Amino acid sequence: MDILQILSNTGSSLIAPATIGYALAALGLAMHFGFTGLLNMGMAAFMAIGAYGYAISILTFGFPWWGGMLVGVGGSLIFALILGIPTLRLRGDYLAIVTIAAAEVVRLLFLTTTFDKYTGSADGLSGYHASFRAFNPIPDGTYGFGPWVYNANGWWVRIFGIVILALAALILWTVMRSPWGRVIKGIREDEDAVRALGKNVFSYKLQSLMLGGVFGAMGGIIYALPASVNPGVYVTSLTFFVYTALLLGGAATIFGPIIGSVIFWGVQTLLSNLLPALVNIGVLPFMTTTQSQTVRFILVGVALMLLVIYRPQGILGNKKELTFVK
Amino acid sequence: MNTAEYRRTRRRNRRGVLVALIVALSAAFSLMAMPAMADEVNVDQYDNSIIGNVKLESVPLEGVRLTISGGGYEVDVVTDADGQWKVGVPDGDEFSVTLDENTLPEGIAVIDEVGDDDTPNVKEAMIGPSGSTVMNFFIGRGERNVTSFFDQFVERIVNGLNFGLMLGLAAIGISLVYGTTGLSNFAHAEMVTFGAVMALIVSVDLGWPIWLAIPIAVLLSAGFGWSLDAGLWKPLRKKGVGVVQLMIVSIGLSLALRYTFQYFRGGGTEQLPGSDSPDIPLFGSVSLSQTNMISMVISIVVICIFAWWLVRTKIGKATRAVSDNPSLAAASGIDVDQVVRVVWILAAAMAGLAGVLWAYFRPGIRWDMGAQILLLVFAAVTLGGLGTAFGALVGSIIVGILVETSSLFIPSDLKYVGALVVLIVILLFRPQGILGRSERIG
Repeated sequence: MDILQILSNTGSSLIAPATIGYALAALGLAMHFGFTGLLNMGMAAFMAIGAYGYAISILTFGFPWWGGMLVGVGGSLIFALILGIPTLRLRGDYLAIVTIAAAEVVRLLFLTTTFDKYTGSADGLSGYHASFRAFNPIPDGTYGFGPWVYNANGWWVRIFGIVILALAALILWTVMRSPWGRVIKGIREDEDAVRALGKNVFSYKLQSLMLGGVFGAMGGIIYALPASVNPGVYVTSLTFFVYTALLLGGAATIFGPIIGSVIFWGVQTLLSNLLPALVNIGVLPFMTTTQSQTVRFILVGVALMLLVIYRPQGILGNKKELTFVK
Repeated sequence: MNTAEYRRTRRRNRRGVLVALIVALSAAFSLMAMPAMADEVNVDQYDNSIIGNVKLESVPLEGVRLTISGGGYEVDVVTDADGQWKVGVPDGDEFSVTLDENTLPEGIAVIDEVGDDDTPNVKEAMIGPSGSTVMNFFIGRGERNVTSFFDQFVERIVNGLNFGLMLGLAAIGISLVYGTTGLSNFAHAEMVTFGAVMALIVSVDLGWPIWLAIPIAVLLSAGFGWSLDAGLWKPLRKKGVGVVQLMIVSIGLSLALRYTFQYFRGGGTEQLPGSDSPDIPLFGSVSLSQTNMISMVISIVVICIFAWWLVRTKIGKATRAVSDNPSLAAASGIDVDQVVRVVWILAAAMAGLAGVLWAYFRPGIRWDMGAQILLLVFAAVTLGGLGTAFGALVGSIIVGILVETSSLFIPSDLKYVGALVVLIVILLFRPQGILGRSERIG
């Protein structure tokens, strides 16, 4: 068993594009769920629209990379409008069911063979990297130390992702301490009270859905940036995993979603390397290596249950700012 | 007028009546009904496959639609520019491959080579030990053989009714639990899978007969529901955990259970005995397999018994009272905890039965089979009105028929989309559902 290799992989996963993508999506959910109290269970769709918008506009329409990102983000804004207008008047659990259904519709539309020419159906999309890599300011070569050794393209994706993540966190921090943010938190605590103050609650919720949706779309783009767009990623479990990361860090915080995502991926990578290694040296004789890869997903579910029951405010959260008010 | 001509005229007339309907519906789906470009369907999902090549005098024909069905599995495929197609199919069944002659060029048909086959465009395929088989049609100029739209429509409605009744078994449980505890239980999907997996363990692993395995699976499911309530949901209710929190707990439970099934059964598809029973023709071109008929009868009987229980018995009345207003019910001397316990046991038992029937309908048992229909169940429950048992049943039948018939108009891999879109649209115009009351929407 190569402990150094396992630790190195785990360390590397802490700043992997997937981790940054999760962190962005979790920030979006913090906006939706943590601050506004909207139980959006369709985050996977925002991520899918970001990723597919980016890939399709580059591959099919020949857009440059920044054009592709604008399309992805624009698509998520439109989706937020379409999703929000009928659903934001609904109560929490209804909203959850409808958003999860909408996310499934989006996924099936990307997966169907009908639009194979554009979406690649079950194969997904790949080979859209040229434009983004052409903009890479880092000269060719391999950089880094310890577990974080990547080539120029690897660093370009990570640095770009971290900058976007920092920007998103800054935006969220700024808006949440503005008067707009206070209204948003007021909606979470008592919608009727805010309505009585003459605020248009529906409009505020819609704005929140759109802002969080943009974070989600950027998360989807960063997730897909280094490799490919795979329709198997954007299943409902993705939303649940992002929720786990969010609740782990703290739903109504700025840094909670980021820390939660880093821990989520760190633990996932550690387990996915460590458990098969333990099986191979005979420490866990009752399972096979395939089974050991399933264990970590069982643990995600158990962790989600325990978190919600015993520490709903997460690691960084404040118990007074509990989102589970009703 | 000879018989062949007569038959064709009759079909044309019948088709004429439905043309308006087709035009209207296909206009609605025109966005989705673009020509499919793919030639490989479900190849990633299954190890076995059927492949073929559609050519006319060695010129490949593009855009010819074939339907592959067998043992309840059905999939459409369209040939690519080289006239080739390939579909992945589940294990160990015989499949019939139907070439849709409407998609062939004008004046071209499948030729009957033997001379005594009424339907040369339908062929039977057996998967050999290699896991793959080739299926080609002899194509030339000749008379077509098409199943009329009406017959297809009726067949889909019958299938949809079967699917809807099965959904209903799952939906009633989810609706009862919601009505009595306020919980939208995402782990209900895993209670469905649980029933199927238990039936598999008893019938295949232990080798007991299936007629004994199914009641045992249902009993085990009931016990599972009881232990979930006693071990998890009751303590959480006593702790005063909010409904949104409970819902997220149920999501966590759903993930944990789903991957536990995968842990023990692996990622593949397994079949219950009798899943390959032969089709029995009923009327027209409508045929149902023996298991599907039995499954429909079981659904109807169970739902009738349940309805009697809910309306007539004391505990059924108490259940409705708790659904209506838990505090008032408690104040009038109803033991709410006991009612909730009974509801969990019943919901789990019916979900387990639904799982067995779903295993025959799909066909096959997979670790995530329950999750595949969870959203349809939610759609059915919302359509009928959350918290109402009979609303859930009505919603399920509508959703089942909608899903099955919609694949006549839209690609079959989008057939769930229609039901989910209906769910969203219903919430726009009548959020309380068909039989629900408006106070529940908040």
